[in-house]
Amino acid sequence: MSTTIIAEQQEEGIHSTLPQLVHAASVIGGECTVIIPGGGGESEASEIVGVDRVLKFNGSCFSVFDSQSWSSALKGSVGGTVLLASTPRGRELGASLAAELGMSVVQDVTSISEGINVERPVFSGKAIEKVTISSPAVITIRANSLDSAGNGGSAPISTIDSGEDLRMAVEEAITKASEKIDVSEADIIISGGRGLGDVSNFEKLEEVASTLGAAVGASRAVVDEWGLPHSMQVGQTGKTVTPSLYIAVGISGAIQHLAGMRSSSYIVAINKDPEAPIFTVADYGIVASWEDALPVLHDSIKALP
Amino acid sequence: MKVAVLIKQVPDTTAKVGIISGSVDEGAISKWSISPYDEYALESALSLQSGSGATVVAITLGPERSSKSLIDAAAVGADELLHVVHDGALGSLSLQKALSEAVTRVGAEVVLVGKQAADTNSGSTGPGVAKILNYSCVGLVSRIEAGSDGFEATRSTPSGIERVSVKLPCVFAFDKGDVELRRPNVRGIMMAKKKPIERITLADLGVDSTGEGVSTTSVDYPPEKPEGQRFEGPDSAAEVATKLREEANVI
Repeated sequence: MSTTIIAEQQEEGIHSTLPQLVHAASVIGGECTVIIPGGGGESEASEIVGVDRVLKFNGSCFSVFDSQSWSSALKGSVGGTVLLASTPRGRELGASLAAELGMSVVQDVTSISEGINVERPVFSGKAIEKVTISSPAVITIRANSLDSAGNGGSAPISTIDSGEDLRMAVEEAITKASEKIDVSEADIIISGGRGLGDVSNFEKLEEVASTLGAAVGASRAVVDEWGLPHSMQVGQTGKTVTPSLYIAVGISGAIQHLAGMRSSSYIVAINKDPEAPIFTVADYGIVASWEDALPVLHDSIKALP
Repeated sequence: MKVAVLIKQVPDTTAKVGIISGSVDEGAISKWSISPYDEYALESALSLQSGSGATVVAITLGPERSSKSLIDAAAVGADELLHVVHDGALGSLSLQKALSEAVTRVGAEVVLVGKQAADTNSGSTGPGVAKILNYSCVGLVSRIEAGSDGFEATRSTPSGIERVSVKLPCVFAFDKGDVELRRPNVRGIMMAKKKPIERITLADLGVDSTGEGVSTTSVDYPPEKPEGQRFEGPDSAAEVATKLREEANVI
């Protein structure tokens, strides 16, 4: 069994999940090839222990994310089990490649062991599905679920030119003004719900977030009612998140919200209603009004040595 | 122009998911609904219907009970209904082949689908169907507009959003859009009950459902969390901050 990893770019470098994908490849065993569509970060990739070779793909089709063109361009170089990060793009490209290669696809895997046996959350985390994969398939792996392979390798890098055409053109790209951290990739998330009373109080969460280097999330209720961007929504119809720390402020904990965040390593809940369902998943539940408790929490965090 | 909307019936997101001996207890699901992202796909199809006179064909694949989601789609305006009746597990590739054949059968050049279903959470169907049909594919779409020479779609990207132009035929996989979903009125509900549903099987589509080397061995509840610690009053937040550092080691 061999593996092919399709790496993803993050700004100018390689996506932070690549060492985790290499770790997954080492569990499966055999030769590990890393493909970098469009190039960028290939020397970083070549230094990860366990990578046997790096293929950098050049071609005009890589200027725009186009899963259909990319999977056509890459298909000839892909062998064995195919691994991608379970990002929105990784999932789309993974599904496209699987269909291209006539293979099954198993998305959003959170654990992998020899066999190949994997686990993946379904119903947004209300249940866990165990899957056995007995022939080559495409597997996407959720960020921060697995260990990372170390550094110190020196795999050879080669370049392949692709003449594949794009099937779409970008007419207009709008970059978000802020440098805000995305909730699906954040290690710490602080989320607000209806209990905040008013959308302007999200500023208070932003302040704590900037101290912690956290992302700010929101419940579905306030995304819908206060017009916050859907990208902030945590829950069954928003993002499913697994940060190491999730702080829920003024969120009662609807079943759909719990589904999206219950797998976080540690959960802090601040709510004045002691019966709020959010407390059933909280490691540290603070029964108090957020107006009083959040400043204390913030000051105490700042005062930590 | 024919627009196909691929919809999946899933347990309503408010429903409790019970598990009996390694499988989801479907009999105990209190309510089944159209998967939420598919509703955005349906809404966009209906906008094309009113804007460009498109014929909207709702297609679902699933057991008998899934007909209800087609009737719900008809109640808000879907013109034609196609049910690929199949009970039991189906690998991602067989599923995509069946839906691709269904799209070909109805002759749709525009295919709208939710970015992922609320039960499996996979998101493989749209891109997979596009590949099998050799259609273009745009994912994470929040809105589409018919242009003179194809379509324009707004999709989210890691750094923001972008508007792309794409020629037909094309599959669009929908994220939650900033549109209001239409609700059925009484007349729509009455008419929908009379609308014929074309019912076909995988065999009719020439697709077999034999194994693909991927099988679900069991479905379980997520591991139980140990009971958390409870603190009263705002001043306790200071203690929690200390515990986050010293006990949990997360800040």
